[in-house]
Amino acid sequence: MSLRRPAKNQPENFEFNPSSLEAAKSIVAKYPEGKQQSAVMALLYIAQKQNDNWIPLAAMKYIAKFLNMPYIKVYEVATFYSMYNLSPVGKYFVQVCTTTPCMIRGANKLVEACKEKISEDESVLSNDKSCSWMEVECLGACVNAPMMQINDDYYEDLDKEKTLKILDKILNGEKPTPGSYRGRINNEPENNRKTLMDLKNA
Amino acid sequence: MLKDQDRIFQNLYNDLGPDLTSSQKRGDWVNTKEITDKGRDWIINEIKDSQLRGRGGAGFPTGLKWSFAPKEVGSRPHYLVINGDESEPGTCKDRDIIRFEPHKLIEGCLIASYAIQAHVCYIYIRGEYFVDGQKLQAAIDEAYEKKLLGKNAAGTGWDLDIYIHYGAGAYICGEETALLESIEGKKGQPRLKPPFPALIGLYGCPTIINNVETIAVVPTILRRGGKWFASLGREKNTGTKIFCISGNVNNPCNVEEEMNIPLKELIEVHAGGVIGGWDNLQAVIPGGSSMPLIPKDKCETLTMDFDSLMAEKSGLGTAGVVVINKDQDIIKCMARIARFYKHESCGQCTPCREGSGWMWRMLERMAKGEASKDEIDMLGDVTKQIEGHTICAFGEGSSWPVQGLLRHFKDEIKKRNKFDPIVKENKNIPYLVDQHLLDKNA
Repeated sequence: MSLRRPAKNQPENFEFNPSSLEAAKSIVAKYPEGKQQSAVMALLYIAQKQNDNWIPLAAMKYIAKFLNMPYIKVYEVATFYSMYNLSPVGKYFVQVCTTTPCMIRGANKLVEACKEKISEDESVLSNDKSCSWMEVECLGACVNAPMMQINDDYYEDLDKEKTLKILDKILNGEKPTPGSYRGRINNEPENNRKTLMDLKNA
Repeated sequence: MLKDQDRIFQNLYNDLGPDLTSSQKRGDWVNTKEITDKGRDWIINEIKDSQLRGRGGAGFPTGLKWSFAPKEVGSRPHYLVINGDESEPGTCKDRDIIRFEPHKLIEGCLIASYAIQAHVCYIYIRGEYFVDGQKLQAAIDEAYEKKLLGKNAAGTGWDLDIYIHYGAGAYICGEETALLESIEGKKGQPRLKPPFPALIGLYGCPTIINNVETIAVVPTILRRGGKWFASLGREKNTGTKIFCISGNVNNPCNVEEEMNIPLKELIEVHAGGVIGGWDNLQAVIPGGSSMPLIPKDKCETLTMDFDSLMAEKSGLGTAGVVVINKDQDIIKCMARIARFYKHESCGQCTPCREGSGWMWRMLERMAKGEASKDEIDMLGDVTKQIEGHTICAFGEGSSWPVQGLLRHFKDEIKKRNKFDPIVKENKNIPYLVDQHLLDKNA
């Protein structure tokens, strides 16, 4: 289990903005009547998006009221799942996968790059407060190892230099193109494809 | 090697595009009505004949699972839930189905829902795959637009709604009952079985839960016949499977191959060989991180299917093959996997919650050579105390890789860890195991 604590400095209030509210209502409609509690995960995600990548306690209280469920149940969910950030992580949140398949292909070099560019320790904001990084468990792109995730996007087939370049871009406020950084197409074996060749050449 | 025309996932590398028009050219959604017109019993029997086994890890026969759903719909509606919470280290097959072959999955959902009489289907996708999930959502929207979903879906006379539910980074939600808890908006902690979800599942209603890959192969099986599928692979281990080959290989890749393919062919032909040559191979994790590793000498002749890996005291799992060569420290690799389980334990059962951290700390010390000799046996003992003493199989999954390490690399650990901290002369005090700590303070 991982230990997760809410941030010390909490905003007083939280409310969905109109677009979040609309999205929230359409999500609640996905579930049977009386089972609106099911929407709590999606609503926390919406709140996180709206609030610069983290969820304040006020948002949990707001969602509890919104879904007519006890606050503690929302708190439980928010602290259980690791994708909910309970303290500020910056506008760009970098997650480096360091589980074994990535580790044996050199994920530690990516960590080094993050230490150089963003901050010495994980979960600490960079000097301009725009960015932070952390090591995470398997992100499910093992064939494209080593890789990292920045906000919603996957950056695959990396090495230290490529990571440094990507981090430079995001620190300058640009959005680097997601996907493979060795120019390969999706998950095909690079320069060694033996299957479905007719389709490839079609 | 499997012939190209026998590959189910023609668009695995996205040569053709995932949209509806090109999917239809590949044969998806062609005469779905003809399949459903043959009736529920025919569908379930055909799946039974194909001997399809679940692709999510446990390998439970799919046709049998479907037949557990109540024959008549009572006061409670039936649900179909698709497990796309792919989080097992080494596995990335469902992601490719979701983003490149979404219509195979959606059509499979329709047929499976018809077979088990569900009108609502939830697809649970791990939260990290948000971008890929949006692609699936786009495909679902497309299907609604063309009346392939919704009321009288694809002209079959069956109503079906499909919704995506995103997870939020919990490995444990890949366990079927934890997944149901998660959809219900709770912490993802597994439920005790029985009752099994087929009778009491989502919202207390009968629920069938299948992996993404299992459902995505169903339409093709029904079109080409269960016999065709059963003719591939070998008895009880039939059909094709997407293998994910990662780690120290020259060309890591996903590839669809026949079951029972030799591991060596998979690595040498498709993945371009081990980095540093076949002789540089140290061990292979055959089916995602929970499955015990297999040392090099056995890899020569090993074939990849459920039963032959079981015979080697390992398992096919999700078919995520992680290749580890001799440049890597095998104890460190396993210590990292133990850290994964320590992080992902849901905390419900004590043996897993405490044991997973215990194993991790011991393995970290063993990697550094700081452990004592006795601890090697103690580590084995801890794994035995986790195995079989947890609510779900994932707790056991944390102990299997460690057992695999102890089974095949015990000498390596022993060579590195010779430290013996017990102060010999005071050993007659029976209750003081940590005698050395006491001595330091004195």
